[in-house]
Amino acid sequence: MLRAVPLLTALIFLGPIAAGLAGTLLPAFGWLPALGGTAFSLDPWRVLLAAPGLGKAVLLTLGTGFAATLLSFGLVVVFCAATQGSPLARRAQAALAPLLATPHAALAIGFAFLVAPSGWIARVLSPWATGWDRPPDWATVNDPWGIALVLGLLLKEVPYLLLMAFAGLGQVRAAEGMRAAAALGYGPVTGWLKVVLPQLYSQLRLPLYAVLAFSLSVVDVALILGPGTPPTLSALVLRWFADRELSQWFPAAAGALLLLLIVLTAILAWRVAERVVASLGRRWIAAGERGGAGSVLRVGVPALMAALLVANAASLLVLIAWSFAGPWRFPEALPATFTLATWQAQVQAIATPAATTLIVALATTALAMGLALACLEAEQRHGFRPGQRALALIWLPLLLPQLAFLFGWQVALVRLDLDGTLGAVVWTHLLFVLPYVFLSLADPWRALDRRYARSAASLGAGPWRVFLAVKCRLLLRPLLVAAAVGFAVSVGLYLPTLFAGAGRVTTLTTEAVTLAAGADRRILGAYAALQALMPMAVYAAAVMLPAWLHRGRRGMRPA
Amino acid sequence: MMLPRRPLLLAALAAPLSARAQTPGQLLLAAPWDEVLREARGRPMFFNAWGGDDRTNAFIAWAGGRVRDLHGVDVRHVRLRDTAEAVARVIAEKAAGRNAGGSVDMIWINGPNFLAMKEQGLHFGPFVDRLPNARFIDREGKPSTVVDFTVPVEGLAAPWRMAQVAFIADSARVPNPPLSMEAWVAWARANPGRTTHPNVRNFMGVTFLKQALYEVAPDPAALLRPVTDATLRPAADALWAWYDRLRPHLWRGGRQFPENGPAQRPLMLDGEIDLYITFNPSEAAVAIANNQLPATARPFVLERGTIGNTSFVSIPYNAANAAAAMVVANFLLSAEAQAHGADPRVLGNPTVLDIAALPEAERARFAALPRSPAILQPEALGRPLQEPHPSWMTRITAEWESRYGR
Amino acid sequence: MSLVIEDLEITLGGRPLVALPRGEVAPGEVVTVMGPSGSGKSTLLAWLSGALDPAFRTRGRLLLDGRDVSLLPPALRRIGLLFQDDLLFPHLSVAENLAFGLPADVRGRAARTARIAAALEEAELAGYGARDPATLSGGQRARVALLRTLLAEPRALLLDEPFGKLDVALRERMRSFVFERVRRLCVPVLLVTHDPADASAAGGCVLELVQGTLVRVGATPADGGDGPILGWQTTPVGAASL
Repeated sequence: MLRAVPLLTALIFLGPIAAGLAGTLLPAFGWLPALGGTAFSLDPWRVLLAAPGLGKAVLLTLGTGFAATLLSFGLVVVFCAATQGSPLARRAQAALAPLLATPHAALAIGFAFLVAPSGWIARVLSPWATGWDRPPDWATVNDPWGIALVLGLLLKEVPYLLLMAFAGLGQVRAAEGMRAAAALGYGPVTGWLKVVLPQLYSQLRLPLYAVLAFSLSVVDVALILGPGTPPTLSALVLRWFADRELSQWFPAAAGALLLLLIVLTAILAWRVAERVVASLGRRWIAAGERGGAGSVLRVGVPALMAALLVANAASLLVLIAWSFAGPWRFPEALPATFTLATWQAQVQAIATPAATTLIVALATTALAMGLALACLEAEQRHGFRPGQRALALIWLPLLLPQLAFLFGWQVALVRLDLDGTLGAVVWTHLLFVLPYVFLSLADPWRALDRRYARSAASLGAGPWRVFLAVKCRLLLRPLLVAAAVGFAVSVGLYLPTLFAGAGRVTTLTTEAVTLAAGADRRILGAYAALQALMPMAVYAAAVMLPAWLHRGRRGMRPA
Repeated sequence: MMLPRRPLLLAALAAPLSARAQTPGQLLLAAPWDEVLREARGRPMFFNAWGGDDRTNAFIAWAGGRVRDLHGVDVRHVRLRDTAEAVARVIAEKAAGRNAGGSVDMIWINGPNFLAMKEQGLHFGPFVDRLPNARFIDREGKPSTVVDFTVPVEGLAAPWRMAQVAFIADSARVPNPPLSMEAWVAWARANPGRTTHPNVRNFMGVTFLKQALYEVAPDPAALLRPVTDATLRPAADALWAWYDRLRPHLWRGGRQFPENGPAQRPLMLDGEIDLYITFNPSEAAVAIANNQLPATARPFVLERGTIGNTSFVSIPYNAANAAAAMVVANFLLSAEAQAHGADPRVLGNPTVLDIAALPEAERARFAALPRSPAILQPEALGRPLQEPHPSWMTRITAEWESRYGR
Repeated sequence: MSLVIEDLEITLGGRPLVALPRGEVAPGEVVTVMGPSGSGKSTLLAWLSGALDPAFRTRGRLLLDGRDVSLLPPALRRIGLLFQDDLLFPHLSVAENLAFGLPADVRGRAARTARIAAALEEAELAGYGARDPATLSGGQRARVALLRTLLAEPRALLLDEPFGKLDVALRERMRSFVFERVRRLCVPVLLVTHDPADASAAGGCVLELVQGTLVRVGATPADGGDGPILGWQTTPVGAASL
């Protein structure tokens, strides 16, 4: 039974991706018999290339994708270098984790509420500092260059990369290296860059590629914060998929494939750049420059990071403020009154997507936890150790643009008569939840002292008792955190819900993105606030429950 | 019950489609109303309706609650970003051979979407005359309830609200709003960045252009016939010449647009814009009551009249819950629903019914509605201009996209 | 009760790791296995306890009381195991740790509590049942770990460097505490250690492993080793067996 789980997991997981890629590839070359495409041709590409705005959309995609990735990587590297060994690093870690639970869409909506010309920042500063009694005619959101989009992505990607970096730092013995470098007279920042970063980078590589792929292909944040004429390639392709002229599906499939090519090429280019930078870096290291104290960086970058944290928190706060706001006209810094009216009026409408969000997220998380634990347990019991390649596969859904396989997968779901069902949505969410759950579980699971299990077995405990009463209990905290991560990922998924749910299964995320196109900010605030608070509440529970259960057990406190 | 798929799929691809739907729902269309009600009870009904306007969403939620109480139908509002999504879904289901048990039960529809489905035989029906409340529809007084964008409806879609283009001005800042599209250009030049129109991919945005087309096109009568290259060129050239004079003076320099009609409200509330277009003559009254517009917002129409149309609901040929959809369509035509929709605190939409034809008690519902200075009464609105043929909308959108969307 | 190892050979990817000729540990006997790190001691222990990774190939049998247990899963072997670290479950109290080891056939809450209390008292830990193991001293924790193992009523015992982490003074006391109880229990015991003092205190025969091969068998670590002791030959057999 348990032996079959790893294979089963691979099938559940890779089946939809393979079917989806095939289902996108064929229409991109004219093959979709249901719509009359029964001969291969390059017409879809001709239509695609002639589409108005395509060139600009591609440039915009590349520009925003690389800008977001490079900026978040740079910020994380310099922050780590500047704070190595200081209590700031640990505090940042504690503050960042809950931020990761916030869905992209909610954060993007909150960020728009913050930085729009009529946003909170302008309200707080007006009219006393700015002299504005009306918002300025500035494109601070949906700007044609995608600056708002890049900033919105940074809000989420910096915390993610930073947590990945912290996890990696634990494995490279950074403190020892830094002491050695300091003893040789290296400044802290220079020392870190020369000693720690080269070791850390290999741990950051896959997360970085995931960030790059995500930034290049994101849809929901692009719809909320990105420009519209033209939008990024992913938003453009999505527009064609929703066109009532189904012939548009052919160029849309070609567009999805183009996006896939862009992402793969970008990752390849990044890989090449890694080599170049590494060889330049080696020369720099060999040159032996010690560097100064780096005081500017050591103050400036943590300040930038703090600004990012504040922006994150303010984005959430402003959502909540709007959802309770009575009349709130520019440039009042706060609403004239606070009221429950919005919530009362929306409670019925919001209950359905909220319940769906909860059910889908719980079911997906439970399935993902079950599969991930079964795989890890099979690994320990039967010695099924996945190779490096098999492990790379788990990153696949995070490295491929969602559009590239979700369209084809939707066609397959229609064939299976599953589209628009909760089951289809859960299955599709699983593709994205499982990797995160597995990746966050695998390390603590493998790191648990195997002798606990041997000890328990020698006391007569059977394998399942060992699994439940020893392993799961000892790892309760990472288990619950992994579950909270899975829950948050599921709550935040937009495109997978849109495609598998066929409009009939709607979650807070799909509703919030729909409403973001122009609904009353109070209502939008309510949807987005609930969307953000749900995973945060689960995350808080995941942290507090073990703390409460283990309150009398010193050995169970996190190190 | 699933019908065998493959033969139907092949037939659908091989045979040219008739204008009149040949639906598997003929039995339902012949059934007495009591039976329709029985069939509908306890069923869900997926109402695919554009979800960008919270007032309309609230109205649909209210109607859902009433229909549940009255007939036991569970209305689920599928909030669309664009109505075309639902049309695409029906077409995709047809392509996949799903000729029954479809996922879309009812669509809020008109214009090109209605025509596209009609041309492909995707409407269930004709069902309108099966609805008991249909006899009160004001077909003579409001011809757009039977002819949608010049296309005969033929009972394939039931009207549920009247719409007519109006403009909103913040009277505190614009005491004398421009009353023609030409005056609009002058006003925008004098007040740069203070007006806009919704994105042209949205029906409200393209309606702004159609409204201008009526004024600038050399031969406005051509708009009522399907567009041809010969009729498009002079009209479009005049339109873009006008638009190129206007666009630089729009909000955000005419490079960025609100996604849809309701997205303009917060812009006016915040003072970013002073003028905008709407499809609801009561927009100002409703929005003021909900703190969505400044109390000084006032509607106005153009000297030469504005475009009017009717919102319909249609039922796809393969709807899983067609009976439930008929029950809801009938409820939307009831005096109760129409009077609720006409309430300036709710939607403020003019009714599709002939109030004079209603029984006394039902007429009273309309008489009891509050009046508001921010509502344009029918006298002030004038007789609406007819919507151009849908093909104009499609071509104008495509031209705008390739001229300004790159 | 005796523990018999029959012609054991463990290989990994064709590479021999451990080879032992037939030998026996008598009830109440403590046989010591010594050898440098990498000599195969842990592999041998893993095989005995049934925790050997499936990647390893094995030949030979393990008999407990004449019954072949080498194919049984660890939980059914009833071979107690004590490590250098106490490995008390940090999420359980001292009493709950002991209850984990106590067989389920001791029924009834009262009976179980009484057994645990008696064991604690006998180990001079009366009243420690409700304590968090993390608050105990090293010596106390080691004693609780032993109690937990013994309460499970093992039919044989494996001790893996059990005193390695204790300081010198404590080690002496712990040794006598352990060996005294083990002898009273009268089960065969295999002790793996680095420390010759452990072997002397154990008092049984000493097997010396080098690269998985038995190179010497003696009565004490220093003993040159002639004459047959139990089932293991006293002459160097390593070269012949591989």
